[in-house]
Amino acid sequence: MNGQVVRRLLLGLAPWVGAILLWYAVRWSGFVNASLIPAPHQVAAKFYELLTRENLLLDIYVSSRRVVLGVVLGILVAVPVGFLLGWYRPARTFADPMINFFRALPPIALIPLVIVYFGVDELAKLVILFYAAFFSGVIVMYEGVSQITPLYIRVAKTLGANEFEIFRKVIIPLTVPHILTALRVALGVAWATLVASELIAAQRGLGAMIQNASTYFLLDVIYVGIICIGVIALIMDLILRKISARLLVWQERAMS
Amino acid sequence: MKKRAQFDHVSLAFETPKGRLNVVEDVSYDINDGDFIAVIGPSGCGKTTMMSMLAGFQKPTTGKVLFDGAPVTGPGPERGVIFQEYGVFPWLTVKQNIAFGLKLKANRVPDSERDAICDHYLSLMGLADFANSYPKHLSGGMRQRLAIARAYAVKPQFLLMDEPFGALDAQTRANMQNLLLKVLAAEGKTVMLITHSVEEAIYLASRIVVVTARPAKIKEIIEVPFPYPRDESIEERPEFGELRSHIRQLVMDEYRAQQAQMRPASFSE
Repeated sequence: MNGQVVRRLLLGLAPWVGAILLWYAVRWSGFVNASLIPAPHQVAAKFYELLTRENLLLDIYVSSRRVVLGVVLGILVAVPVGFLLGWYRPARTFADPMINFFRALPPIALIPLVIVYFGVDELAKLVILFYAAFFSGVIVMYEGVSQITPLYIRVAKTLGANEFEIFRKVIIPLTVPHILTALRVALGVAWATLVASELIAAQRGLGAMIQNASTYFLLDVIYVGIICIGVIALIMDLILRKISARLLVWQERAMS
Repeated sequence: MKKRAQFDHVSLAFETPKGRLNVVEDVSYDINDGDFIAVIGPSGCGKTTMMSMLAGFQKPTTGKVLFDGAPVTGPGPERGVIFQEYGVFPWLTVKQNIAFGLKLKANRVPDSERDAICDHYLSLMGLADFANSYPKHLSGGMRQRLAIARAYAVKPQFLLMDEPFGALDAQTRANMQNLLLKVLAAEGKTVMLITHSVEEAIYLASRIVVVTARPAKIKEIIEVPFPYPRDESIEERPEFGELRSHIRQLVMDEYRAQQAQMRPASFSE
């Protein structure tokens, strides 16, 4: 039992150790100007410095709050919309082209317009993140819902379920997995969009930190920002996966 | 004898891009209270469509499908359906699956009785040890038993079964057939069973409706001469063998007729 835990830990850790070694190797190989690649230990030192002197935690908090708010609001709207589109075929024919049109637009391209209409405050950043979360979530929802098999609904009807009972006792449980997937996808997209949203005159936040650092060519700060984003996104995804595993114990998995 | 279900000159056709496709044509027969009807015919002939009309999922194009004298307008708990694909709810445990129907408004089972009913069917179907397991942990035969238990729990007077044992191995299948006979003997229900197995039809049914290749018409209705309770020993009787070769001949003729139609197999059932 214990041996297995250690093995899994080592297996999970190995690629990270490999990446750090590769990082050092590239720096020491001489192919790239060493001043363009801060070493991992330098980045770690910078991380500590930012944490203690520049209040890095505030940046992490501000960015995480933007992402979480954007995703929660985006998914709150995406779930009913995606559900309707998946459930009613006519709605889909009606709205599908438009959704795909807006989905194809990169949020960055909208920034000038967002500034015009929403200003440069917190609201503007939220709008960008909401946009990113909504359109990635809505696709996952409607693809998932449209694949729900009518068999379970038929079964429920033969047992005497009315429309409301079918919705509450069959359709909702079948929708939960898709909501969770939509959340995970939206969370990933929102982190990817964060830096862009913080291009809009943000004072704090990991994206703002990266932007400012690039102005002064502070490569180590950029590295710290990027790694922070990656790590926080990873932690959030892990939490969501734990919640999914808890809620979806009943699901059959190809590998357990 | 009280008539439970009636097919009265029932036809069903689909409009397809290639023209009209007749699936069921002018079918008339009655199912009386306590009957066990097996409907047998080549696969894709429209047997499932017949059952589907009585279950309330499809409407006849012409003719009438009646249940207890009234036209069937939709599914209902008095007609339990056991689907070929089982359809056990994967997000509910075994016990919750059985309790599903009991908690619905239409069946109005008091909370105090629910547990007792669940436990009764859990033990009857040999699922008591798995009461709190999810269906993903069950074998095919156990899922089938769960589907039957769930349908039985709401006490339908009439059971519609669509090739319920088709996907099971021979031993499990024989076991399930005996279990079904046992439960029917105890609870007395009317059954319409769709099958493609001649032995299964003779072993279980009181009457066998042989249908033709598509469009499904009635080829012959055969009374099965063995009284209930039955056991495997009837399979050794000479009448069983005669009946089997007679029905097999009928079904094979229709199978060949179906092959000869050479229609693209775009409609299975």
